Amino acid sequence: MIMKVTVCIGSSCHIKGSRQVVEGLQYYINEEKLGDKVELGGTFCMGKCQMGVCVTVDDKFYSVTPETVKDFFEKEIKAKVK
Amino acid sequence: MRKFDTKVQHLKYKVLREVARQAWADTLQENLLDIPKIIVPGKVPTMRCCVYKERAILGERVKMAMGGNRQNPNVIEVIDIACDECPMGGYEVTNACRGCLAHRCEDVCKFGAITFDENHVAHIDKTKCRECGQCSKVCPYSAIHNYKRPCETACKVKAISMGEEKEACINNDKCISCGACVYACPFGAITDKSYILNVIDMLKGSHGNQDYKIYAVVAPSVSSQFTYAKLGQVITGIRKLGFHTVIEAALGADMVAMSEARELAEKGFLTSSCCPAFVSYIEKNFPELKQFVSHNLSPMAAIAKYVKDHEKNAKIVFIGPCTAKKAEVQRAEVKDLVDAVMTFEELQALFDSRDIDITALEESDLDNASYFGRIFARSGGLADAVAEAVREQNLEFVLQPCTCDGIEQCKVALLQKKSGKLTANFIEGMACVGGCIGGAGCLTHGEKNKAEVDKYGREALEKTIADAISVLK
Repeated sequence: MIMKVTVCIGSSCHIKGSRQVVEGLQYYINEEKLGDKVELGGTFCMGKCQMGVCVTVDDKFYSVTPETVKDFFEKEIKAKVK
Repeated sequence: MRKFDTKVQHLKYKVLREVARQAWADTLQENLLDIPKIIVPGKVPTMRCCVYKERAILGERVKMAMGGNRQNPNVIEVIDIACDECPMGGYEVTNACRGCLAHRCEDVCKFGAITFDENHVAHIDKTKCRECGQCSKVCPYSAIHNYKRPCETACKVKAISMGEEKEACINNDKCISCGACVYACPFGAITDKSYILNVIDMLKGSHGNQDYKIYAVVAPSVSSQFTYAKLGQVITGIRKLGFHTVIEAALGADMVAMSEARELAEKGFLTSSCCPAFVSYIEKNFPELKQFVSHNLSPMAAIAKYVKDHEKNAKIVFIGPCTAKKAEVQRAEVKDLVDAVMTFEELQALFDSRDIDITALEESDLDNASYFGRIFARSGGLADAVAEAVREQNLEFVLQPCTCDGIEQCKVALLQKKSGKLTANFIEGMACVGGCIGGAGCLTHGEKNKAEVDKYGREALEKTIADAISVLK
């Protein structure tokens, strides 16, 4: 099953760095050649603006920052996808 | 600080607010016929000959607030009983004429239309007069006046004429729904249909965005509006009305700028497709140039499409300065993308129907687009953004834009293109003078609006179009 990763690109998360999070995830997904196993998408607002940048992995919620994106990718995407 | 430019807008707002209040309370059907009396109580008329005429007209305004005549496809409609049937005799000599010796009026008239009576007072022979206006210009007493209806003067596409009963009539085959007449009529006799009831129904039916989410897509010209509050407070206000979130239409503009640049490089010549009134103008007056209209969706429709592609049940409400957008959403390629359009005037009415004082709210963020997407709101911004998109994509194309500020300039450029005399390879067409900030659905129009848009543009987090749209891939 394809893992669905959704990043909030609404205003509040955008200001907190959702572009860097999206670009980071795109980079690592390509680097690890996971493009056919992980579907990366965007959404406008998950209603948890204080916890941005808001990210969900198959509906499970995570709070990610541009600084923690590599760590997040390793633990929640790379380690769990197969 | 004043919320509106004119009292006509204020009256329209009062009707919209009352209709909205009743709709929220589910009492609209019950109280429909009482709304005119709620707005004009008492027995002393303040606007017309008697309160009964005032209320009769208000009844028509209520109808317009509820969507107007559904048999008429045009979103702009005349309220015939509100039309003052103002004189339209053209140039006439008024009693300010002093019967002077100079007779500049006679000398300047190329058609020999000026004669003088025994008191040396000038008269215009209507059978000879060509309405050039020269006599009016040279009269030292400003005694020659042009009696032309404000609606007809405002309508540069000549869609308004006088009906059998002397009331204003709109020719739908010519009208581009720009709303210039709506803003110009001093009696408020021409007005845009409102779809706020659809918006209220949608908001109620979502059960707090549980059943489906409603996204407000707000035009960048909002930066020049609601000047009595902060932009962030306006955004909080929109959310308080029950919208899931607010997105900048300017992000759609960033998307459009990128693909417009590529289409231009491929085809070599285009006219912009962002302004629905301009597109309609080409379709109705220059069918042979239709082939050059950009195939891009408008920014509103582009961002709406993105949202709906990612979320099937999403609903989109566009909030902007434009009456022609109400017509754009009826088009086949847009009607499934955008669910309703409302103006800033209508947004103000919705705020107040819920007693939302936006000045008392905290600020929310609004930051999706780049500088370039945001400056689409003013004349020249679209051409600037396309030039930037050409640069950012390293396209081998030298952009030579022709920026048309208002429908009269659009006409000149289109005529030149038709006759092969246009040197430019891109026509930026904006029907309203100043661009979207000149739209008929704005609360206020001011000198500083362009500066406000530019300032808002500079405040964008993303400095390039590519950065702004990178999150959309």
